[in-house]
This record gives sequence, C-alpha cells and structure tokens, in this order.
Amino acid sequence: MNSTVIIFPGSNCDRDIATALTKLQFKNKMVWHKDSNLPKSDLIVIPGGFSYGDYLRSGAIAAKSNILKEVIRAANSGCLILGICNGFQILIETGLLQGALLRNRNLKFISKDVYLKVINNDNKFCKNYNKNSIINLNIAHNEGNYFTQKDHLKELEDKALIPFKYCDKEGLINDNNNPNGSMNNIAGILNNKKNILGMMPHPERMIDSLISNTDGIELFNSILN
Amino acid sequence: MKLAVIITLKKDVLDPQGKVIEQTLQNMGINSLKNLRQGKYIEIELDEPDEKKAHDTVENMCKKLLVNLIIEEYKIEKI
Repeated sequence: MNSTVIIFPGSNCDRDIATALTKLQFKNKMVWHKDSNLPKSDLIVIPGGFSYGDYLRSGAIAAKSNILKEVIRAANSGCLILGICNGFQILIETGLLQGALLRNRNLKFISKDVYLKVINNDNKFCKNYNKNSIINLNIAHNEGNYFTQKDHLKELEDKALIPFKYCDKEGLINDNNNPNGSMNNIAGILNNKKNILGMMPHPERMIDSLISNTDGIELFNSILN
Repeated sequence: MKLAVIITLKKDVLDPQGKVIEQTLQNMGINSLKNLRQGKYIEIELDEPDEKKAHDTVENMCKKLLVNLIIEEYKIEKI
C-alpha cells in the first residue's frame, strides 16, 4: 500500500510517522508542502508539529499551501487521509473536517499518555480494534479542545463518526477524564464518507513496546487490510 | 488606505484566556469589571483609495483566511 507524508515548515512528527508506516510495510514517500504533485497514494498522512509556528491559528496557514489543494482533490476522490495532532488542525482549517480545535481548557500544553475508548470501529481506520476496547496513546498539544455546532455534534454521534473518546483506565468517559475540554470527550472524528480521520492522539508513537506500547499498531494494520 | 480587523471569539465559545485576564484584574481590585473577552487585532494597508472596495477586499481576507467563522466574529474599522 502506498502512503505519502506531507511535510510543512514546523512539522516535527513527520519522521515518526514515516518510521511507523515503513515498519508496518507501507511504501512511503515524503512530500514537501511546496510541491504540487502528489505521488499515487492510498493513504495521505498530515503529521503533527507546529506548521508555520501555529501563526494566526493552528493549521490555518498550512491549509492554504499548494499541496493541500492536491490533498483536498485526493480526499474528494476517496483517498484515505489521516491527520494527527497538527494534521487534524490542518484538516479542520481546510474544511475537510468540520468544527474547530480551541485552546486547551486549562490553557496548558498537555503532553501525556491518555486512555481512549474505541467508540466506533466501523471504518477503515479502526476496524482491527474491538468496539469499546481501551487503548493508551500519547497526546501532546495546546489546541485540542474540539468544538462544533450542536447539530453537527449530534450528527457525529448518530452517524458513528467518532472513533475515539478520552476515558479512564476502566473506560469511563466523563469530564474528569477529559484532558483538554473537548466536547463529549472527542479525541478524533471522521468525515461523513469515513475516508478522512483527524485525531489529536499520536498512534505513530505507540508502535514499539521498547519505547512505549503497541496500541497504535492496529490503526495502521486496519488501513492495510 | 489602512484598515483594522478585530477578531474575537463568539459569545457562546469559551474564552479561557479572557477568563484568566478577567480574574487577574478582579484579583487586582478592579471590582467594576463585569466581563472581558480577548482577541486579535490586525492592521492592513491597501493600495486602494476607494473605501468600499478596500472594505470588500478585507472582508474577503477575513472570510478566506483571517477568521474562523465557526468560532470567531470580526469587525473591520478604518484607521
């Protein structure tokens, strides 16, 4: 399977995701944001980091770059798109995903491992996870507080477009287990066609038990199979 | 022509930075403070003498890039 990772000035998780993809047998290519040609891809990943120093709003400047026009075209023709952390913020700013990512409720940059519940696995990114299973991934962000209009929030819930929610070790989802103030403890969302996933947690950091754990692997394996 | 854009979070969007500023000022003894919202201020100089056209150009900038209309609102002022 062919994957492409887009790099912006300020991306800092591009090598991590490339390592993860290669380890899990993707044929991966890296593409600089000024390029206007995308290699043939089954999966495009927009990695984490601080594209353009988070100027104006996180992801706002990157969303207007040359290569994003191609990413939007690919997304509209059904290519799988995964935006992690700043990548999620960029997807929101392009309009490929709806809503907004506000500053964390406690005004702090949060870097820690959190528990997530797999709420919906009926999609290409999560099908290898059992529904309601609890996984442990790392988050590292300042703007991860997901916000959207009430009717869109209802649509996300009703149409099974929320793959992950923040929870505790036992899977309890409540405000105490919400690290950033995200509506309904949302950690990631899908578009209506379910070919675009934006998520704040970093699955690419959880692919090796030597340095963390392996809870992120099944996300990539889901895409592969 | 010079125009300014003032961007603030919409009223129903939580503004934690504004809240912290508000609480700090209240702690400093400014008891008459009722509510405070913080935002962004952008100055834009245009090579366009016509005020209406200049306003439209900046309005377009706001909609396309400067403002996230889901969470923010804006005001354009001539300076």
